[in-house]
Amino acid sequence: MGSAVRLGGVLLVVWGAATAGFIALRLIPGDPVDVMLGVHARVGEEVRAQIREDWGLDEPPLVQYLSYLGRLLQGDLGQSYQLRSSVTDVIGGQALPTVQLTSLALLFALVLALAAALLARGPLAQRIVSLVELLVISSPTFWIGLVLLAVFSFQLGWFPVTASEGFASLVLPALTLALPVAGIISQVLRQGLDDAEAQQFATTARARGVSRAGLVLRHSFRHAGADSLTLTGYLVGSLLGGAVLVETVFARQGLGGVAIRAIIGRDIPVVLGIIVVAAIVFALINLIVDLTYRVLDPRLRVLDPRLRVVAHEVAA
Amino acid sequence: MSKEIDAGVVAARPSSGRRVPPAGVLAAALMLALLVLAALFPWLVTAASPLQTDATAALQGPSAAHPFGTDQSGRDVFARVIYGARYSLAVGLGATALALGAGLIIGITAGLAPRFLDGALSRTIDVLMAFPEFLLALVVIAVIGTGEVSIVFAVALAAIPAYARVARIQTMVVSRAGYVRAARSLGVHPFAVVARHIIPNTLGPLRVMATIGVGTAIVSAAGLSFLGLGPQPPTPEWGVILSEGRNFLATAWWIAVFPGLAITAAVVALSTLGRYLRLRSAGRES
Repeated sequence: MGSAVRLGGVLLVVWGAATAGFIALRLIPGDPVDVMLGVHARVGEEVRAQIREDWGLDEPPLVQYLSYLGRLLQGDLGQSYQLRSSVTDVIGGQALPTVQLTSLALLFALVLALAAALLARGPLAQRIVSLVELLVISSPTFWIGLVLLAVFSFQLGWFPVTASEGFASLVLPALTLALPVAGIISQVLRQGLDDAEAQQFATTARARGVSRAGLVLRHSFRHAGADSLTLTGYLVGSLLGGAVLVETVFARQGLGGVAIRAIIGRDIPVVLGIIVVAAIVFALINLIVDLTYRVLDPRLRVLDPRLRVVAHEVAA
Repeated sequence: MSKEIDAGVVAARPSSGRRVPPAGVLAAALMLALLVLAALFPWLVTAASPLQTDATAALQGPSAAHPFGTDQSGRDVFARVIYGARYSLAVGLGATALALGAGLIIGITAGLAPRFLDGALSRTIDVLMAFPEFLLALVVIAVIGTGEVSIVFAVALAAIPAYARVARIQTMVVSRAGYVRAARSLGVHPFAVVARHIIPNTLGPLRVMATIGVGTAIVSAAGLSFLGLGPQPPTPEWGVILSEGRNFLATAWWIAVFPGLAITAAVVALSTLGRYLRLRSAGRES
């Protein structure tokens, strides 16, 4: 499979998201000029017409769309209606706290999932681990955050209640975001480990005299890792979605707050910018996952990727 | 391989051997029954009102009179949680039903359509699946505005791609099965084939997905209203109560803890039931 095709896939997702977002957000009832000026502004019709012309809102929709795509290609996401600065600056200025939060959460989630998969040896441990998994998967992320906040910040005083600086203020939010994700990864990982032990390569390895631990570490994890990895790509997306809620719970700076304010305030360029940036992130993650997948599972390097997709879909 | 799939697809009737479900599944069913009772007849479960304020009884901890304590206005949190069941259940069931119906139509269309239409629909589904459901729901809210009804549509639209994808694959598998080809060559009308064979056999796996999906929808809806995008206070909706409780975590943890427990209990019950259904249908197919 050529890398050109894969890169084309990434561009297709981004273009699709940008176009769908553009069409959907143009359908919003109401005049963008009202959003820019605020509801109570008293402005004459000629001023409104001037604003419309300045922003290119008087052009036909197709012209607006094409000039939007053109600016997008140059990395320009437009101007915020409400914040008097460019969308790139609005998003760029708030991206760091969100990236820090989600990266630490991903790390926590992987460590917790690995620990759970290794601990769940024997029937009793397996039952306990799977019950804990079910509980954390079923709990709303923001509620986990509220409970952690109530216990560790208000009752025990171990962590700051609300602050956006320092590592200590990052621990509880990241843990909140990590727990449900860890539960899902751990479920898939344990299932994969069980499957791996039934595979022919496991029997072969055991017959070769490979120890049980060696089998798990060298072969089973690789087998199970391939399954968990596809999922991890999707879960990074969930982490970014969950970050919106977690940032609200812990009153943290970040893209979540930007998104919520833009949605409530109908700041269309900002909403559109977030959609496009999210699409780029998710498409790239899926690409990386797809490539890593082949490194982990040697069998996929020979199989036609189309067949692989079908085999996967039938198996699921 | 195709033989196995045929066997699973043909056996659409429950197996005759009746076994008693495990205790966990019975507990889940009991929990759901309680939830439905609370949603339909909340006054049978609690005598207290979810909206009646009482300034003299504000921020009291759990007691015999107020099992879940009282909130900042002295309202009974237990009554608010019980009355909240109807919002969550309505959103969960309504959004899932909408998503299931739309996903079924889109998936079957894609599965039977000529290549170019299938390609277009599948790529659209792929693009949408690249986004997490919660972000999709947020985008839908941005387009259609905030409010209770918006939340149902947002949660439903966000869930459609997953159902459509499974319905498409299942349709492709079923439409290649021997008995469907036989029905076609016997001259059965294509719509009759869809109605009699494809829809029933596609609903099997989708039914399991939807059971768990109701839980996911309840969590997403609570999240959206927690952010203030849905019903507004003092509506006794679980996400709204949680959002109010956030401001009183230091002094009154019970306001935020109990509605969350209710959500978790509902979702655990639905997933347990969904897993049981999946195990049972897997048992039939092997």
